[in-house]
Amino acid sequence: MDSKKWYVQGLRDGVPIFLGYLAVAFTVGIFARNAGLTSLQASLMSFLNNTSAGQFVAIGLIASSSGYLELAAVQLVVNLRYLLMSCSLSQKIQPKAPFFHRLLLGYNVTDEVFALLSAVDGYLNPAYTYGLSTMSIPGWTLGTFLGCTIGGILSERLLSAMGVALYGMFISVIVPPAKKDRRLLAAIAVSMAISAGFPLLPGLKNIPQGFKIIILAVLISALFAAIYPVPKGEGEEGESAA
Amino acid sequence: MQPNVYIYILVMASVTYLIRVLPLALIRREIKSPFIRSFLHYVPYVTLAVMTVPGVILDTGTCLSGVLGLGTAVYLAWKGKSLIQVAGWMCAVVYIAELILL
Repeated sequence: MDSKKWYVQGLRDGVPIFLGYLAVAFTVGIFARNAGLTSLQASLMSFLNNTSAGQFVAIGLIASSSGYLELAAVQLVVNLRYLLMSCSLSQKIQPKAPFFHRLLLGYNVTDEVFALLSAVDGYLNPAYTYGLSTMSIPGWTLGTFLGCTIGGILSERLLSAMGVALYGMFISVIVPPAKKDRRLLAAIAVSMAISAGFPLLPGLKNIPQGFKIIILAVLISALFAAIYPVPKGEGEEGESAA
Repeated sequence: MQPNVYIYILVMASVTYLIRVLPLALIRREIKSPFIRSFLHYVPYVTLAVMTVPGVILDTGTCLSGVLGLGTAVYLAWKGKSLIQVAGWMCAVVYIAELILL
């Protein structure tokens, strides 16, 4: 596939992200307006950040006039999972590809974009990432703007149902490869079981969600890497250059 | 001095961008270590899996509607249905379940 086809493929795969973001960002917009932000401020925040949990927490902090440093520290914790995702993606860009692609991709490493990029075999064509961004960034910004301006129009029940679309996307990315690979199946089953049980353990309830994700992701991935190492050339981190 | 919303936005955007771009900018060679390669192979699956269960349960109106939606999604994905079908049916099941349960 050439770059043009990859870009179009990115646009197409980005449609569910666009719709899902529209719905989730709508709730971000409502939340922002209730906290006293203008629709320009809320939209700008979404355009520059592309992060749901981070923005929800930030809006709460802004409403309470917290310090800039506190906001920075909280963002670091809540968004630390992106560091892990970017480490993984760093191996999916051809080492010889022009450097600016890395700077641009870094702007839009979100959970959903990461999920779709991980599903691509071999090295990524940067055009594909730009196709996804062309759908996801406007979806997120527009959804926030709409939520902030016409917030009350959708019922809460509908928003709650639409919000899970993004998790459906995660499932459709991680389940099919696990069908063919028992190691992945085991890793996913263990991850789901532990993440479901984690909040029940005493004393762990108060760890911020962003920390929980990264602690569990690092521990479980390291455990499986130690027990079931993936030989070079096997699995999807293959040598089939795009 | 009254804090400025635009400075807040710039602060959070800078922190978030640095978190995302630093690994991409600094790790430019192919990693040779078999352990780290294996680790990074598992990271996408494990990260998305540990986010899904708490997310579905917290983001839905009742725990049960989330679990039903999740079960539907896993079943359809296992059957090889497309991304749009998996996500769409998951939303539909959660919506219908909450209409009945709430």
